[in-house]
This record gives sequence, C-alpha cells and structure tokens, in this order.
Amino acid sequence: MVTISMEIQLLFAGMIFLIGLVGFLVRRNVIFMLLSIEIMLNSAGLAFVIAGSHWMQTDGQVMFIFILTVSAAEVSVGLALILQMYNHFRTLDADSISKLRDKKVI
Amino acid sequence: MNTIFIIAASIALISSLMSITNRNAIHALLYLILSLLSISIIFYISGAPFIAALEVIVYAGAIMVLFIFVVMILNIGLAEEIENRWLTPGTWAVPVILACALLALLVYAMRQMQSVNTTAVVITPKQVGISLFTTYLIAVEIAAVLLMAGIIGAYHLGKQRKKVVHRFLVKPGKEIPGK
Amino acid sequence: MEAYIGLIPGLPVLSFLMIVFLGRIMSRRAIAIIAVGSVCFSAILTIMAGISFINADSGGTAFTSTLYTWMNAGGFSAGITLKLDALSLVFCFVITFVGALIHLYSVEFMQDDEGFSRFFAYMNLFVASMLVLVLADNLLLLYLGWEGVGLCSYLLIGFWYKDPENNNAARKAFIVTRIGDTFMIIGLFLLFISFGTLDIDTLMQQAPVQWHSGSPLAVISALLLLGGAVGKSAQLPLQTWLPDAMAGPSPVSALIHAATMVTAGVYLIARTHVLFSLAPAVQTLVAIIGAATLLIAGFSALNQHDLKRVLAYSTISQIGYMFLALGVGAWSAAIFHFMIHAFFKALLFLAAGSVILLLHEEHDMHKMGGLRKSMPLVFITFLIGGASLSALPLITAGFYSKDEILWYSWSSVMGEKWLWLAGIAGALITSLYTFRMIFLTFFGELKIEPKHKPGILMGIPLAILAFLSLTGGFIQLPENFGHVHLFSNLLNPLFPDVRFTGEALPEWLFQVISAIIALGGVWLAYHYYYKKRTIPDLFNQHRLNDFFYKGWGFDWLYDRLIVKPVEWVSTINKNDVLDRIYTYIAQSTLFVNRLLSRSQNGRLRLYALVFTAGLVILLTIMLTL
Repeated sequence: MVTISMEIQLLFAGMIFLIGLVGFLVRRNVIFMLLSIEIMLNSAGLAFVIAGSHWMQTDGQVMFIFILTVSAAEVSVGLALILQMYNHFRTLDADSISKLRDKKVI
Repeated sequence: MNTIFIIAASIALISSLMSITNRNAIHALLYLILSLLSISIIFYISGAPFIAALEVIVYAGAIMVLFIFVVMILNIGLAEEIENRWLTPGTWAVPVILACALLALLVYAMRQMQSVNTTAVVITPKQVGISLFTTYLIAVEIAAVLLMAGIIGAYHLGKQRKKVVHRFLVKPGKEIPGK
Repeated sequence: MEAYIGLIPGLPVLSFLMIVFLGRIMSRRAIAIIAVGSVCFSAILTIMAGISFINADSGGTAFTSTLYTWMNAGGFSAGITLKLDALSLVFCFVITFVGALIHLYSVEFMQDDEGFSRFFAYMNLFVASMLVLVLADNLLLLYLGWEGVGLCSYLLIGFWYKDPENNNAARKAFIVTRIGDTFMIIGLFLLFISFGTLDIDTLMQQAPVQWHSGSPLAVISALLLLGGAVGKSAQLPLQTWLPDAMAGPSPVSALIHAATMVTAGVYLIARTHVLFSLAPAVQTLVAIIGAATLLIAGFSALNQHDLKRVLAYSTISQIGYMFLALGVGAWSAAIFHFMIHAFFKALLFLAAGSVILLLHEEHDMHKMGGLRKSMPLVFITFLIGGASLSALPLITAGFYSKDEILWYSWSSVMGEKWLWLAGIAGALITSLYTFRMIFLTFFGELKIEPKHKPGILMGIPLAILAFLSLTGGFIQLPENFGHVHLFSNLLNPLFPDVRFTGEALPEWLFQVISAIIALGGVWLAYHYYYKKRTIPDLFNQHRLNDFFYKGWGFDWLYDRLIVKPVEWVSTINKNDVLDRIYTYIAQSTLFVNRLLSRSQNGRLRLYALVFTAGLVILLTIMLTL
C-alpha cells in the first residue's frame, strides 16, 4: 500500500480544497461557483478516506458516503435554483443578484 | 504504490486547476471529471475500493452528468466573451494570496504532527456495509430523509410558473416582464 | 389638648385636598365655607391651645405631638413632630387669626374671578405650610414648610397667569427666594454634620457645648441660615422680589407678603437664636442688614406711584426693623413688632385691595383722590393702619412695638448708637411716605368714582384688624407706663434677657423723640402732599427720585451682574455645544453603521472572501498562540 506519510496526503487534499476555494472566489458565473463547491466537498471526502485508511477503520469511508449524499442533494437543489434564477434574471452573473443588499434608509 | 499516488495526485491537481481557470463551462466540467477519476485512483490505492467505485459511479457519473445537462439547457457557451471580461488577472490576486496564506498555515500545522507510517489494509465493502447499518444507522436514515427533501425541493423549485418568453427575444440581464 | 395640635395644620390640608379634588362639583358657596371654615377652626383651636398653654404655666415646656416618623435612616431620624411653645403659639395665632380674616375678605374680593376654587386651594395650602413651618420640631420639617410657602407664593403671585408679567414676577420671587433656600439647606447640612441631628431642641442645647462663642463653624452656619432668612424675608441683598410680587391679588399680598411668609426669616432667626448668640459677628450683621434695608426701602417707598408698591417697600422696611431688633438681642421685641405689624400691614393691604378693586383696577395713586367721602369705612381703617405703621404716639399699637425696638437698639449691649439713628431716620421716612400715601389717595378731589361700597365680608375683617392695630399694643407697655408685660412674660422662658449697657438714658427721652419724629413726618406729608407746596429742589432732583423709584438700582445691578452674563452664555451656546457631544455620539454610530453596511452588498463572492480572510486570521491566531 501507500507508504507516503499521512501529512503529505492530507496536504494534498488541502491543496485541492484551496484550489476549489480560489475557484469559488474568482468566478462570477454561478455554474462555476457550484463546480468549485463540488471540488471542495470532494477534497473533504478525500481527507476523510485518507484518515480512515490510516486508522484502518471504516469510519472514513462511511463519512465519505454521507458527504456524497449531501453533495448530491445540494447539487440537485442548487441547479434547480440556478434554473429559476436564469429564468428570472436572464443572467448567470452572481454579482448582479444583489437584491439582499443593505439599502441606505438612514 | 507511491509513484501511482504521486502521478494520480499531480493529475488531480492539474486538472482541478484547469477546471477552474477554464472559460468554457463544458470543458471545465470535463476537466473536473478527470480530476474525480484520479482521486478515485487514490482512493483505490488507499485501501477503499468501495469508495473508489462510488466516486466514479455517483460523483463523476451522476452529479457531473447533472451539471452537464443543466449547462446544456442553459446554453452557456454563448456567454464566453463575458467570461473573458470578468476574469482579469486583477481578480485573481486577492484569492490567490489568501489561498497561499492558508496553504502556509496548513503546512505549518502539518509539521506539528508526527505520525507513524503504517501499512494500509484494504477495507472491504462488507465491513463498510456492516458499519453503516449498525453503528451509523441513524445517520443513514437521516441521509435518506435529506435525499427525499432534496428531491422534493428540486421538483418544487424547478417548476415553471408562468409562460416563459423565448430567451432569444429578451436581452440578458433584464427581468421577464410580468414576473 | 396635645393631640389636637396636629389638627391645626391638618384642617387646612384637608380643606385643600377637598377643594382640589372636589372643587369642580362644589358650588362657590360650599368652597368658601370649607376654605374659610377650616382656617377659622384652626384659629379657634389655636386660641384654645393657647389658653391651655398659658394656664398650664409650666414655665415654658411645650406641647409636643408626634404624628409620624418621616425618616429614620443611617443614624438620622426626623419625624413629623409638632411642637407648640410660646414662640410658635404667637406665630400660629397670627397666621390663623389674620389668615381667617383674610380668607373671609377674599370671599368677596374674588367673587367675580373665575379661578375661585383654585385661589382658595392655594391659600389653604399656604396656611397649612406656614403652620407646619412654625410648628415644626426639627429643621427638616421646617424646611418642608419653608419650601411649601415658597411654592404657594409662586402659585399665588402668578395667579392671574394669563398675563406674562405676572408670570415673570412669580418666577422672580421664586428664584430669588431659592437662592436663600440654597444657603439654608447648606446650613442644615452643616448642622447635621456637626451634631448628627436636626432636632431644634437638641441643637439648641448642644450648640453652646460644642462650639465656643465665635467659632468658625458657628459663624458659618449662622451665616448660612441668615442667607435663607434674608431670601425669604426680602432683606438686603435679596429684596428685589417683593415689590414685583404685588402682581398677585391683594389678599395674597396681605397674607403672604405682609403678615406671614416674609416673617418666616424672623421666625427662623428667633428659633435658632442660640446659634446667633454664639456668633456675635453674625448677629451684628443681622442688625446691620436690618438697618440698611429699612433705610433703603423707606427711601424707595417715598417715590412710588403704585399704591401696593408703597406698601411692599413698607413691608421690607418694617421687617428691617424686626431684623434690627433680632440683631441687638431684643428677641421678644422683634416678635412683638411682628405681631403688631401683621395686624396693621394686613389691614393696609386689604384696604388698598378694596380701593384698587372698586376703582376698576387702578393702581396709580396720582390718579386717585378724594375717596374720603365716598369710601368712609375704608378711609377710616386705612387711616388707623397708617397711623399704626407710622407709630403715632400712645394710641396706636405700632408706637409701643417700634418704640421698644428703638430703645433696645440704643441701650442693649449689642446695640449701637448709629443703629438707633438709622431706626429713627427710618421712622421719619415711614410716617412721611405713609401719610403721603394717605393724602394722595383719600384727600383732594375725586378723580375716579368707586364702583360700589365694599360689602360686609370685606368690612368685617377691616374693622377687626383696625381694632387690633389700635389696642394690640396694650399688652406690652413700656416700663414707665405700667408694668404690663404680658407678651414678654410669655416669651421670656425661651429667650435670654436683654442685657443693658451701663449708660442708661431714661426711656421717656426716647419715647418723646420718637413721638416728635412721627408727628413731624405727618406734618411734612401734610405740608407737601396735601397743601401741595413745592418740594425744595434739594430733595426733589429728578435723578435722585428716579434712583429711589427703581429701588436703589438693585434690579439694574442684578440684571447687569447676573442676568446679562447668563444670557450672553446662552447666546453663545445657541447651538448647544454640550448637547452636540451626545449628537456626535449618535452620529458617529450612524456613520459606522453606514460604513459597515457597505460591506453587505448582497454579493456572494464578497461574503466568501470575508469568510476566507477571517479563516486565515483565526487559524493564524489559533496555531501560533
């Protein structure tokens, strides 16, 4: 099996997470934002499995299954919302959907 | 084994990077699928074959396909020039700096750990199944409820309420009149 | 008998409450009956208590009646305890008796006024407060009564509140007396710190033990109490409020500003006489203030046009006599003069009120005249009152009281020769302005026809007070007339005897001199104001007249000294600099709000950026610390 130390593996998972984070912060298109969220979730699951294999227990894999479930539910609802958003605002720009901003009333 | 790990890891990293920096949505998604596959390899060599399979089937096979379907419905390819306008180098600066800061912290945290290299064993699906349905039974049930909520939510949110004016007749960014 | 002492102030309080709460549904007749009746009953109770007190003849021990423990905290206890001894008996008698007569008078005086019930409510409250003041056993309760009379004075001066001038006068009275009250309360604090109690008996016993004569604390506390007395009694330098207080109805001027409230200062000094004896310098100051005030007020009264203002300055002047008496140690003489002064001054004010009311609210004396024939009762009573004020010899009560003061001011140990001189000069001026007033108002040709003759409710009080102004003096005859010492026998146990200096000029000399002076004043007034001879230019310079008319310029002085700087400061502070600080606090909060609300622009990516930045900071802190 793999003999690389766990820290390097976890570091690798962290780097993927950071890539996903940067993608989320940079992109304006909501599809890409959702994509970056998927990358981040995946890297989290990766970290769990790595740790689980290190401890030689099933908990890591079980956790990954739950993460997978959550990700699936979230993606389906998110994409439905994106469809609604597109129908309503005619754009996929996340920055233009700012109706919840603080309006100056004072 | 180590070399497989290193190759798979680098493929995952590079394809993730390509995914987020791409201008075309479909290309980005395809890169992401590539990344998922390489991660699945890593799962396999870490002694989690069941998860490797699940990753390919569910993640790459279902979720990403769902993404691709939605992108095709929305017909995003036409909006590529807008993406060019948005993705200036200036916008990359701050997130990259923050990410590097976080990376530094991560490295620093990792250095504190000392762990022993142990030989990994393969954890069979049977073991995972037993663990799921005995120890984590409640979580499984809740996950089922979550999935049901997801289905109902997606159905309800995806409903079209009004007659939609054909999108070629309405400029992007404008609201549909009457909505 | 002791149990009924509480009713003496209690009945007016009850009637005040009844009029306040039920006044709307009571008829005028009922209100009048209740108001006048309560004070009458208090008078009757006072007389009964007085009779039993005199008969008890226990050498000065008082009737005490504790009604309620007001406070008992931290080693200080004060109760609502009423004590009736000789001094408070005299004051109670004057307040209730004269008060009852004035209430009776005001039933007719105020019958056309729409504020009828309000008037009687205030008057009853005033009588109650004044009674509490004189019956109080401790200084705190006295201060309660003190403040109560100040409040009622304000309410009653500004009774016709629709005219802003009246409101100004009421405010002026309240504020000027407030200055005095502040001195007094600081004096009370000082006394409490030194002795731990405000009980008058205890204080008077402990003070000579703890303080030797002339000790700084005694001087300071006596000065502070004197400050309070000066404010309430309208002496120098706080005398400016009383002439303006004539804006109130005449019964108010009679009761409050002639007979009772303005003598509260005299009462206070007489009550705490031990303190003043311990500080001889302050006692001399009292005499000096009295002498100066009586001269200043006398000169001012000579030049007034308004009938009531003459009487106001006259009141200031007569209280100056009382202060003079207190200052030379003639305690009972001062109280005697107070009683007689209450009679004739109330009479004068009530008669002046009749004149003014029946001449259609005309106040200027020069526009009056010839009322001798058309208002005979008022004329006679006014004449009697004026005679008593001028201390015409032998027949008027004023002669006996004022003469006693003058004699003591010469021959007492603390008396000075020039104090007597000031008193005599004041007597001349007193009879001069009094008879000027009488000649201008009642003699000469009839300029304004009175509306009608005064009714019986006005007439009876006038008559009774006139009778007392004539005969009241007979209870205290000087040494060489007879040995009638009823009054000083009553008060003797309370006060130390007057000590005489070695040189004793015969008393009849002083009596003759005062008689000549008083009659001389009458003749001068007759000469110049009845025969209308021209006054020699020496005494009739325009600027001098103007100076006296304005009350020796005190109003102008205070205006420049105090009012103008305050107005200047408030003009500078028009934008209310101090309030700006609080506005700035509020505005800066709003500013920060606006600043921070820009960060809530509704954009998802910004929020995520902030998450990440916060994450970096948190992890840095967690991992490195």
